[in-house]
Amino acid sequence: MKFQKNIPLIDQHDKYGFWGGKFGGSFIPETLKKPVEDLTISFSKLRKNSEFLKKKNFYFSNYIGSPTPFIKLSNLSNHLGGAQIWAKVVSEANGGAHKIYNATVHALICKSLGKKYIVGDTGAGYAGKMLSMAAKKFGLKCKIFMGAKDIKRQKPNCDAMRRNGAEIVPVYTGSQTLVDAVSECMRYWVSNCDRTHMCVGSTVGPNIFVKICGWSTSQISKELKQQIKEEFKKIPKRIKLINCVGGGSSAYGFWSEFIKYPKDQIELIGVEAGGPKRSKLHAAPLSRGAKLGILHGAASYVCQNNEGQINETESISAGLDYPGVSPLHCYLKDLKRARYTLATDEEALNAYKLIKKYEKLNPSLEPCHAFAEAIKIAPKLNDKTILIVNSCGDAKKDRDILRKRIGNLK
Amino acid sequence: MRPNTIKKAFEFAESENRPALLSYTVAGDNSKSNSLKILKSLSKYVDICELGFPHNTPIADGGQIQTSSYRSLKNGTKIKDVFNIVKMFKKGKLSKPIILMGYYNIIFQYGESKFIKMCKASGVDGIIVVDLPWPENINFSKLCKKNYIEFVQLISPTTSTLRAKKIIKSSHSMIYYISMLSTTGGRLKTTPKEIKNNYLKIKKLSKKKNCVIGFGITKDNIASFKTVDGLVVGSQICREISNSIKNKQKITKNVDKLAKILKRRII
Repeated sequence: MKFQKNIPLIDQHDKYGFWGGKFGGSFIPETLKKPVEDLTISFSKLRKNSEFLKKKNFYFSNYIGSPTPFIKLSNLSNHLGGAQIWAKVVSEANGGAHKIYNATVHALICKSLGKKYIVGDTGAGYAGKMLSMAAKKFGLKCKIFMGAKDIKRQKPNCDAMRRNGAEIVPVYTGSQTLVDAVSECMRYWVSNCDRTHMCVGSTVGPNIFVKICGWSTSQISKELKQQIKEEFKKIPKRIKLINCVGGGSSAYGFWSEFIKYPKDQIELIGVEAGGPKRSKLHAAPLSRGAKLGILHGAASYVCQNNEGQINETESISAGLDYPGVSPLHCYLKDLKRARYTLATDEEALNAYKLIKKYEKLNPSLEPCHAFAEAIKIAPKLNDKTILIVNSCGDAKKDRDILRKRIGNLK
Repeated sequence: MRPNTIKKAFEFAESENRPALLSYTVAGDNSKSNSLKILKSLSKYVDICELGFPHNTPIADGGQIQTSSYRSLKNGTKIKDVFNIVKMFKKGKLSKPIILMGYYNIIFQYGESKFIKMCKASGVDGIIVVDLPWPENINFSKLCKKNYIEFVQLISPTTSTLRAKKIIKSSHSMIYYISMLSTTGGRLKTTPKEIKNNYLKIKKLSKKKNCVIGFGITKDNIASFKTVDGLVVGSQICREISNSIKNKQKITKNVDKLAKILKRRII
């Protein structure tokens, strides 16, 4: 495995679509081979097409709103002492989370493929909400597959999807969460791939979906690199980029421009969902050392049993509640370029409380996992160290869970 | 060398001037012993038995087969049980060729070589891996061939002629044509005539290979496909099992009745 500095990570795969020779690929039913190949060809042309890029850039600036703010969390930093804590407030993007980048790009691709229908999966509901927004914006009919458990716990996002005219298809199989939603969405695509485009909501799934999503979210680190240079005049000597990891789309987007830097200058820290403190279940395949397996069309580290059956996961955060993870992150783990750890439900909730107390920021439960890690390590570091957390989602969707778990915060 | 039992089964059906009848059931549904009994009662009528090894994240199966798979897993079916069922079935008098069908992760976790070894030891005749298409399947296909196990590849309405040619070239003696864009057990979206036309296009490319049609085949439409090499019925059998459980009826008796009708309609 040789990492090449000057090629984006999404393009460093072999002809079968594997990163590092074993992560990714396209394990798909024969029926999907053609639409996946068509999409692969179209995307490779579109990403070089100046008209398409112009359109993408236009919507990124004028519809999504870029750049999203880069701010210092001075109160929190002072309270903890030690490292400086900064946040890239990606939740300021239109819709309230990073999922808007991938959704917008998929809607644009769908348009250029001449398809009128778009379907997608969602866990926390942000991928679904954003896809429904983008579909509305570009005049596409939209169907969102969502686990029945998630529909209950992320109601505000479901309301938004319905307002945008999307149909939510509840999935009752298995654990009724994201993993089942992705399966059902893929099954729907198998039956309707002639007229319908599928958007996979994260950097998971068959190779091409990993690439499209990573290409879209990389906007975050492009902005951040510029903002760091403006703020510090140059790239500081000690940075730690901390991001939550479920499927891994926001983390890849947050890191992509910085992967080529030396590890001791820019450390990449991924924080997975450790689940409830007392539960054996989790959604942390990387930090808990899960085995390589095939899930939803790609090889990655997967929470599974010895027989290859996919394990149930548990996390307070629906967006991280997924047994697999992006092949990009598996590769970064094997390269030892990124470090992966986990935060429990309780640690994420405590992080939320602390942030609410000291800052005007309302991060959703997903980035609260990343904040938990920042809060844990900041006091052990000096103020020359810059911790940057991707605050990739807004907590409006978590209203009901937060009220139940920590009551009304001022 | 082992005789090609699958090829022989097709030859036998052809000698009776009818398509081969293939059934699909899930190993361990609704219990280990019952799934063996079901296989035995099916084998009175069908020429080849496809046996699913269950997976809890099946991305190409419709509701009926999903239900069967979850039921089997809930009963604790392990891959060693699947091989055991095959072994017991093969010992019986009415044994028929067995094609195992399932998803790649199960094989991958077990280990490809070990899986093939167990197939050989238990008497499996063929394998279908739903999510291991060409060219990703080249190595596994070779491994099967080396061990005299038929690796059955699928061709779908979305497969281009060029790709179909390549798949056929790398396939063994049998090909599986997916009738329509659907998960298993969907309602036929197109006319049997159109499906047969597509089938004939595939047949033209592979005169010597046996081509079966599957997905959406039921007792109501099976008579329209009398002229093809073989037909697979899966979801309807799984549904029969589910209904029998629901209505507290004897599963084997109902499955037996269904298989009898299926057979009668293709003669």
